[in-house]
Amino acid sequence: MTPVIQVRGLTYTYDDGTKALDGVDFDLMPGETVALLGANGSGKTTFVLHLNGLLSGTGQITINGIPLSKETLAKTRQRIGLVFQDSDNQLFLPTVEDDVAFGPMNMGLSIAEAKLRAQAALHKVGMSWAARKAPYHLSAGEKKRVAIAGILAMQPEILVLDEPTTFLDPPGQRALIELLGELPQAKILVTHDLAFAETLATRAVFFEKGRIAGEGTVPEVAELFNWKTANRKP
Amino acid sequence: MHHVRIEGWSARQSFLHRRDPRAKSLVLLTFLIAIGTADRRFAEIAACSVGLFLFAVITSRLPLGGILARSALVLPFSLTFALISYISGDAHRAWLLTGKSYLSALGVLVLMATTPLPQLLRGLEEMHVPRHLLMVMQFLYRYLFVISEEAQHMRAAGACRGGTLRGLQRRRAGFSAAAGILGVLFARSHARAQGVHYAMLSRGFSGSIPALDPLHFATMDAIFLAAGVALFSTLRLVAGAA
Repeated sequence: MTPVIQVRGLTYTYDDGTKALDGVDFDLMPGETVALLGANGSGKTTFVLHLNGLLSGTGQITINGIPLSKETLAKTRQRIGLVFQDSDNQLFLPTVEDDVAFGPMNMGLSIAEAKLRAQAALHKVGMSWAARKAPYHLSAGEKKRVAIAGILAMQPEILVLDEPTTFLDPPGQRALIELLGELPQAKILVTHDLAFAETLATRAVFFEKGRIAGEGTVPEVAELFNWKTANRKP
Repeated sequence: MHHVRIEGWSARQSFLHRRDPRAKSLVLLTFLIAIGTADRRFAEIAACSVGLFLFAVITSRLPLGGILARSALVLPFSLTFALISYISGDAHRAWLLTGKSYLSALGVLVLMATTPLPQLLRGLEEMHVPRHLLMVMQFLYRYLFVISEEAQHMRAAGACRGGTLRGLQRRRAGFSAAAGILGVLFARSHARAQGVHYAMLSRGFSGSIPALDPLHFATMDAIFLAAGVALFSTLRLVAGAA
């Protein structure tokens, strides 16, 4: 089976000289959900920003067999939906409906089609009632749902979620797990939340100093890198 | 937050709320030119304008006190210059500065309170106001709330660690903390801007924000525009000729 995402030898150094990624090799198979684990600053977010072409290091990234390049960037951004950690960064338009339709409109769809996509995506995440509301009137969980709707409206083949449970209370986390569980797309979850990762991910990858230090199931990786102890009292 | 309150007002329904933002903006522009260029019989123009705006506020079901009070927010700035003019012996100029700035603020506030910001920005875009300027306004409006919330959190965190300082010592520490907060806010705003830009790019942003609800300029909007422009132009011309 061909991976939907294939990354080979990805290396990236920030302007201040910090080497954030150091030869990362990664595959994501169709329908798979992979959790990216690792300490803060280990390169997880830098890695996912590359998948959407927001950062460009050296190495090769292939999406559905097509190499990521300037020419394929627009198509890639339609295929890979990136949900950011802070929903306030994503929801910048005055109303929820405007924001969710932003992606479809940028794809060149007509106003009517974009509206239909926005309404369907909002329905999918249970936020149809908020269509005419301003995003800053919503709770953190509602904002997260709307941010996901904004991505779903573009009908991506792959979902990438950066720290999706941040700012969410337990009911919000449960609702998010249910929602993500229903979505058929292949997913990459950048998270520190082991319970969340264990519920959704079929595989985990552990980042350390810009490299993939190991992989396996979530419990295996947590055990291997002593990751669970970070959440427990000594 | 003032802009949240104004947003609530702009969502109401009235004759003025229903008018096309382009028509309202052009009438406002005519008004601003009329009072901006008025000099000798400014008092008469001001009295007529106040009457018209009071009528607009009442018929648009806007809170009169709230509108009048918020329009006064401009006064600390204009009063400074008015005071300088008064001290230098030009009382007439001092009166003009104060009156014109207050009336301008009142006019702008009535427009803002009867027009949802997305519609207003869309109208301005249709009128070929530079797109980048409109995007700055849009982002300012959207993220002012987020940034002010961050500032409040930092202020609370600072107050929690305020300790037992009293009097001048406390005030000095307060100034120092405020300077620190400003610096951190600037850095956070920069990081926020980068995050927003990434999020926009990832959804295919290519330089313009497409409009979901196009504007419709109806016959009534044309009548409103013609009447508004004629009214303020006549007012100015009559005052100027006298």
